[in-house]
Amino acid sequence: MSWQNYLNSNVREMPPSGIRRFFNLAAEMDDVISLGVGEPDFVTPWHIREACVYSLERGYTNYTANQGLPSLREAISQQLSSDYNLHYHAKDEVLVTVGASEALDLAMRALLQPGDEVLIPDPCFVAYGACVSLAGGKAVPLATRVEDNFQMTAQMVEQAITPKTKALLICNPNNPTGATIGKQHLLQIAQVVERHDLIVISDEIYDKLTYKGEHTCFASLPGMRDRTILINGFSKAYAMTGWRIGYAASNADFIGAMNKIHQYTMMCAPITAQMAAVEALQNGKQAMAKMVEQYDRRRKMVVNAFNKMGLPCFEPSGAFYAFPDIRSTGMTSEEFAQQLLKETKVAVIPGNAFGQAGEGFIRCSYATSLTDLTEALKRIEGFVRPKMG
Amino acid sequence: MQNDKAILELLEQNAKISTAEIATLLNMETSQVEQRIKELEQQGIITKYQAMINWDKVDNDKVTAVIEVKITPQREVGFDAVAERIFRFPEVTDVHLMSGQYDLLVFMEGRTMKEVSQFVHSRLATMEHVLSTATHFVLKTYKQNGCILEDKEVNRRLVVTP
Repeated sequence: MSWQNYLNSNVREMPPSGIRRFFNLAAEMDDVISLGVGEPDFVTPWHIREACVYSLERGYTNYTANQGLPSLREAISQQLSSDYNLHYHAKDEVLVTVGASEALDLAMRALLQPGDEVLIPDPCFVAYGACVSLAGGKAVPLATRVEDNFQMTAQMVEQAITPKTKALLICNPNNPTGATIGKQHLLQIAQVVERHDLIVISDEIYDKLTYKGEHTCFASLPGMRDRTILINGFSKAYAMTGWRIGYAASNADFIGAMNKIHQYTMMCAPITAQMAAVEALQNGKQAMAKMVEQYDRRRKMVVNAFNKMGLPCFEPSGAFYAFPDIRSTGMTSEEFAQQLLKETKVAVIPGNAFGQAGEGFIRCSYATSLTDLTEALKRIEGFVRPKMG
Repeated sequence: MQNDKAILELLEQNAKISTAEIATLLNMETSQVEQRIKELEQQGIITKYQAMINWDKVDNDKVTAVIEVKITPQREVGFDAVAERIFRFPEVTDVHLMSGQYDLLVFMEGRTMKEVSQFVHSRLATMEHVLSTATHFVLKTYKQNGCILEDKEVNRRLVVTP
């Protein structure tokens, strides 16, 4: 009997993540310096962990409301209001999820009919296309180029729209390029969105990790609040990846629809993690600012180092990834990453794992200690030099 | 001046960091960093470079004591004159003027408890204007100067994640 025959065709036909493939290779080796890690190298600030421990001491071990703890929803609502002047009712317009990943999945499942098209940036986070496919939709990549600063433009969106296009996904700042989309660009995109009556799924998980200029929240643009599913979480800004707490904010009808799926699958996010998230929002600004400051310093250092070694590096203005161009080595991104790992024990992610437009690049996370970062860059330089001729 | 703060923070975290590394991190020239550090030293802002040692791990008997000292303040010089007489002793490592039940908080190090107690009863307690002393011995140091001495936290991240 072959299980393949029984599998859901959407799952069966889905290729494994390029990152997962590379992970298996790296996992077999010892003493690898990793620039392949998409999570902060900081441990969650102690006051947040302490709040969690205290909540356990007081016996908070039960289910919460499906939508999440009212206090957390209220804190999220206040944060969006103070950061972006965006007003969501904590009662029915905010949904707490198990990571931003769940929010993304719920949004696609609540939104898509079979065959619906969703425009997604390319390169982008590996889960976007997969979530669209699993929900029965079709992901249509919008190839961005380093020459255009990896910007998704209104024109690009307009040209890709077909009668089947239902939504546009924006990841701002972007993983893996670190590109951010400025307000002017977003306003132009918003016009196209309105004209073609699209929904926008706006993944803003890296919003606090913006180093140049102010982050513009897509939902805060005129007329966009009720067209946007704002997705965010605590993983990146508060170094809380393992806690799995994210959220979605949108109009009540849509949040209600997402909550229907959420209540039959997840029921609710873990209570201790939710209580920690409340503490993060209420008192986490200072610790977050310190982490962001350190990322920013490393960002400049890494970009300079790549440029100096002859791998032109686009200057990322958000997230914690550098995305240098390795085409001058004559290798594909996959070859480069594999050989680099084998010869120098430095792990980076091949750019093509994030979409076709990522070919010719590698993703290097600078959420790594300064010592490791310096050593890794030294090794990469030693690896690259003989190949450049 | 904004860079000065960043330079100071980096040195405070790791006094062994090279000027070249600081320069790369702050997008400055190495010579600029060297110049700024020199000036910060000259201005007395950077006063000393010191290693944080966990002496508990070294076979080196050492006793640390914290002594609360009550004194009679003197006309014109207040507490300063007595404080100065105390902080000049090489075995005294820190002296702070405090609010509350006592006036000076003195940290000192000795090789044995006997040596510490001798210092207290023969030098400190007998000093003019010193009214009383209360000595506490440090049993174990967990955290010092913002540094957790035996940090058991380890990096548990996988080699590659999305």
